[in-house]
Amino acid sequence: MFAMDLTRKLLVNNELGLHARAAAKIVSLAGNYKSALYIKKGDHVVDGSSILSILTLACPKGTEICARAVGEDCEALLEALTSLFNQKFGEAR
Amino acid sequence: MTERYKERVKKLRGIAVSPGVIIGKARLVDRSRVKILYQYLVSEQQVWGEVERFKEALGAAKEQIAGIKNKMPEQLRKHAFILDTHLMILEDSMFCNATIQTILSEKINAEWALKKSVQNIDKLFAQIDDRYIKERIVDVEYVAERVLRCLAGKEQVSLSEINERVIIVAHELSPADTSSINIGKVMGFITDVGGRTSHAAIMAQSLKIPAVVGLETVTHHVQDGTLLIVDGYAGEVIIDPDDEEIILYQEKQIQREAYESGIIRLSHLAAETVDGHRIAVRANIELLEEVVAAKDHGAEGIGLYRTEYHYLRSASLPAEEDLFEDYREVAEIIAPAPVTIRTLDLGGDRVSSGHVPAKETNPALGLRAIRFCLKEVGLFKSQLRAILRASAFGKVQLMFPMISGVQELLDSRAILEEVMSELDREGRDYDRHVRVGVMVEVPSAVAVADILAKYVDFFSIGTNDLIQYALAIDRVNEHVAYMYQPFHPAILRMIKQVVEAGKKAGIDVALCGEMAGDPLCTCILLGLGIEEFSLNTVGIPIIKKIIRTLSLEECRKDLEKILELDTATRVRDVVKAKMKPLLTDLHHQGLITSYNNNVDRRAFQHA
Repeated sequence: MFAMDLTRKLLVNNELGLHARAAAKIVSLAGNYKSALYIKKGDHVVDGSSILSILTLACPKGTEICARAVGEDCEALLEALTSLFNQKFGEAR
Repeated sequence: MTERYKERVKKLRGIAVSPGVIIGKARLVDRSRVKILYQYLVSEQQVWGEVERFKEALGAAKEQIAGIKNKMPEQLRKHAFILDTHLMILEDSMFCNATIQTILSEKINAEWALKKSVQNIDKLFAQIDDRYIKERIVDVEYVAERVLRCLAGKEQVSLSEINERVIIVAHELSPADTSSINIGKVMGFITDVGGRTSHAAIMAQSLKIPAVVGLETVTHHVQDGTLLIVDGYAGEVIIDPDDEEIILYQEKQIQREAYESGIIRLSHLAAETVDGHRIAVRANIELLEEVVAAKDHGAEGIGLYRTEYHYLRSASLPAEEDLFEDYREVAEIIAPAPVTIRTLDLGGDRVSSGHVPAKETNPALGLRAIRFCLKEVGLFKSQLRAILRASAFGKVQLMFPMISGVQELLDSRAILEEVMSELDREGRDYDRHVRVGVMVEVPSAVAVADILAKYVDFFSIGTNDLIQYALAIDRVNEHVAYMYQPFHPAILRMIKQVVEAGKKAGIDVALCGEMAGDPLCTCILLGLGIEEFSLNTVGIPIIKKIIRTLSLEECRKDLEKILELDTATRVRDVVKAKMKPLLTDLHHQGLITSYNNNVDRRAFQHA
């Protein structure tokens, strides 16, 4: 049986942090999967399909966040999200 | 009470920025917020209908944004990111789901519910420390505004749709607005904000239509179709004039036109000082159509051809061939006199919203002008090719805007060299010795003027931006506009430094900012050693006339004293006293706008 609910810790290590451009990339990525995405920083949990919610988390470079995916393709979603973080959201630097 | 209130709003005073008197109907270009009314919905049916209405408005807004995105020129497409963000906001749960929830739970209209969502988002954003993220609230408000307009069934007004002769009334006009204007249909501009060098002012001068800016509240008092008199000499706007006032103004207009044509008759005379020094007086233009008028007004060449119009007026980038045809025609009409073509000065406050990349915190200090061109090399090269090719048909000079140091100049020249080799390979004609200059408008360029001078054939001092950058004031911000002081000792010293560096290197130094067209500045500029004035066409006859009454020797002596003065106000007082007899004459004839009084009034208010 596949996992339906996975959580993974991720480090924001792009220069600009989770600004509009990076947040937009997370939202469009989440839109490609059936699973729901939640992002948690400290005690704050927000909807990963809402660009405004992600922005309100205010995550500069170096912030550790927790990503939780719930749904049948949660593993694939987290994999894709991890590589997006690792690629520093395609920022030049 | 009502009587007095009426009296008060009937005549508004602003800053006269482009002369002429017109009487016509108002056309409001409404960029202000849509008014939101609270409405309680009684039936369940109404509530669901309201949800549907909101969803439809979201869909319409989405379509509009997608449409704008598709119309963006290819090379600027990568800046479309901001529009993608707007699309995401439209779909965001905090924006749309929250609004639908509010409609359902509180049984209120969509407009009010949306307003609540935005207020809620605003509250959350206000708590964020990160300034950049905080400012994204502007995007949320922008999107909300668009949805509200869709709810009201109102399209964003585009000036290209105007099809009767009207006076444009707006809070503020952007280059995107003015460049899409149907020129033949616009009689004049009046705006709430803006100063003498705002885009609306420059455009109105180019089109030779009257304009008054800084009226503060004119958009509140005027509706579509309201009859207006716009006095572009005195900076006055009369709302709903009676017959008597209309007749009075018509007479005034005829009087002024007679005097002006008298002056224009003398405009072909050379601008030679009484002690025999010849000064070149040239025109600043924005459109090919202005060249003939410039010649008629006595311009001895085009000192500044602004090239933004072609880039702003259409959704796609102009073809090299079109640019070439345009530049060639200007060069041919003005020949044998020269035309100085300034390369694209796009960006910052002058960029059309459709072309705007991500919102910059500080566009005036952002990616614009030569910086933008050095980044968009393809776009830059295509313009350079067009300019060089035109140089085979007249006397063309090439000028780079906003150069801040030698490296930028060298980079620009390297690209120019590449383009020349390309043209050589293609066997195309151009002037191999085309004169290349820089616009001196960034304080750092002043500081290194002596070094820059080694690499160019001429300088042209752009005082509008130089004053802004040197005095750290935003000329469009009405709260600090009074600090826009051409007479500031720092500005006079900077001009002096540039002229001296230029003379030492044996290159020409021109001045093409608004100062060149300001009758109060003429004696100072002569004293500083400026030998070429470039200004808006309408002002040329007057400036030439003033030069003919002055002695260069005397101006130099006066300048020595002026340079010892401590403040801009003292400099202004001394200059005013000296120029009084001449200016009184011109002012009586209504030929000098009363902006000086306006500036004084503002300075006083803020003092």
